[in-house]
Amino acid sequence: MALASLFTASTYAMWLRLAVIAGAVGALELACRIGWVPMTIVLPPSVMAASLVELLASGAYSRDILVSFSNVALAALLAVGLGFLIGAILHALPAVRSAVEPLLASYYAVPTFMFYPVFIILFGVGSGAIIAIAVLLAIVAMITATLNGVDRIPPVLSKTARIFRMGPVERALKISLPAALPYLFTGVKLSVAYAFIGVIASEFILSGAGIGYAIAYAYNNFNNRSMYGLMLLIVLAVTLINTGLDMIDRRLQARLRR
Amino acid sequence: MSAAALAQVPVVAPDDHHARLRGVTRIFGPRNGTGVHALGPVDLDLRRGEFFSVVGPSGCGKSTLLDVLAGLSFPTAGTAEFEGKPITGVPAGVGVVFQEDASFPWLSVEDNVAFGLRRSGVDGAEIARRVDYALGFMGLKAFAKAYPAQLSGGMRQRVCIARTLVMQPRLILLDEPFGALDQQTRLLMGDELLRLWRETSATVLLITHALDEAAMLSDRVGVMSARPGLFIDVLDTGWPRDRDSRIVSHPRFGELTAHLWEKLRAESLKHLRGS
Repeated sequence: MALASLFTASTYAMWLRLAVIAGAVGALELACRIGWVPMTIVLPPSVMAASLVELLASGAYSRDILVSFSNVALAALLAVGLGFLIGAILHALPAVRSAVEPLLASYYAVPTFMFYPVFIILFGVGSGAIIAIAVLLAIVAMITATLNGVDRIPPVLSKTARIFRMGPVERALKISLPAALPYLFTGVKLSVAYAFIGVIASEFILSGAGIGYAIAYAYNNFNNRSMYGLMLLIVLAVTLINTGLDMIDRRLQARLRR
Repeated sequence: MSAAALAQVPVVAPDDHHARLRGVTRIFGPRNGTGVHALGPVDLDLRRGEFFSVVGPSGCGKSTLLDVLAGLSFPTAGTAEFEGKPITGVPAGVGVVFQEDASFPWLSVEDNVAFGLRRSGVDGAEIARRVDYALGFMGLKAFAKAYPAQLSGGMRQRVCIARTLVMQPRLILLDEPFGALDQQTRLLMGDELLRLWRETSATVLLITHALDEAAMLSDRVGVMSARPGLFIDVLDTGWPRDRDSRIVSHPRFGELTAHLWEKLRAESLKHLRGS
């Protein structure tokens, strides 16, 4: 790699971002080490990292980690699939759509978590209720993204599909879906983020397993070391997944015209 | 002068027609007199292999005329035929290039061009041959792997023309395909269009609002009135088949353009004044 490419505008921003993060982590480390922040409140980042390595190596939390991540994956998958389906149906029914759209717009004003008793009654304590809450939290982002994506298909592409004498199914698969994909992917990104929030937060209140439950359990037992190790795990996992999704997103956006 | 006072000029060629419109009228909205009478009645015969342009003021129904020939919209009254068969949907053998960029942003240039062929069951070697030829013809070879977002507007329009060309349509309908391009690019694209037309021997119908474009490219130019669009004149340019944009320095080019403007000036004023 040429040296010059390390200093282009976008890589400059990247280095600056890394410097800000490293500075913040370093400052926290220093504050903890010289006693400004008592170790009983916050652990130094190096200890969090050491704890994370230990708890991954020991396997003590393997089951919790597996439960949380599979719940997040399942919730995101359901939200994306159902959200797309509902979005597509709403788009096909303009009258229903215009009736429902204001409700969708104000949906995120409702604190979904307050419904947790309802979900315990419906699904019992465990993964079922957790996934239901996470799907409920994530699905509307996908519905909205689907409506937006289908709206933004340029009319000339639909005309082109007719000129190519395509049937409705072929047109949907070969024209509408790829044309809407960059917008749909925005919904996918949001759904994954909401699924994480929904699953981890629900595990605090209605679960006996999962990373959220493990954090709450460690907190109740004054086990700061494990608590911060698990928090670091979630921060790293979310950052990694989001970076991956962002890379795909940027590639899709780059193909959009204008 | 009112529209009713204009005698409609039937643009007919009884013996040799590739596409034929008879009494084609298009009214948008209700038919009880409150709808918008956009077009007609229009009689038009496109001769096999000719380059026919339609000029007219904005909103005169030029695009509606093209939509009827493309089978994208149906006349309120009258009949439309292509190769002797009534047009009941988009006919096989018709290719259309629109004014808006219709390239597929998710496909590379070569995949855009191959799109129609791949779904029509042409074998791989033949697809590769035709795509390669069209890319070369349109000056897109160096950009075969690029995506439309990386190309200029003129090049994207060339992608759309290439995508139409590889299907070897017998009737090519062009709806102001160079409308969004700058003047120099338009002249050069006009040359490419003429070259394409000579090589394919297809019939071409070009909708345009640029009088010079019509005068330079066409065998015949039909002049339409303000809404409801009727043909008020048809002009034989008399150009040889192997013409190119250099004919703009020919004295007749000026005469043709002036003649078209004379016919259109009153109509364009009508549109401007909204009557």
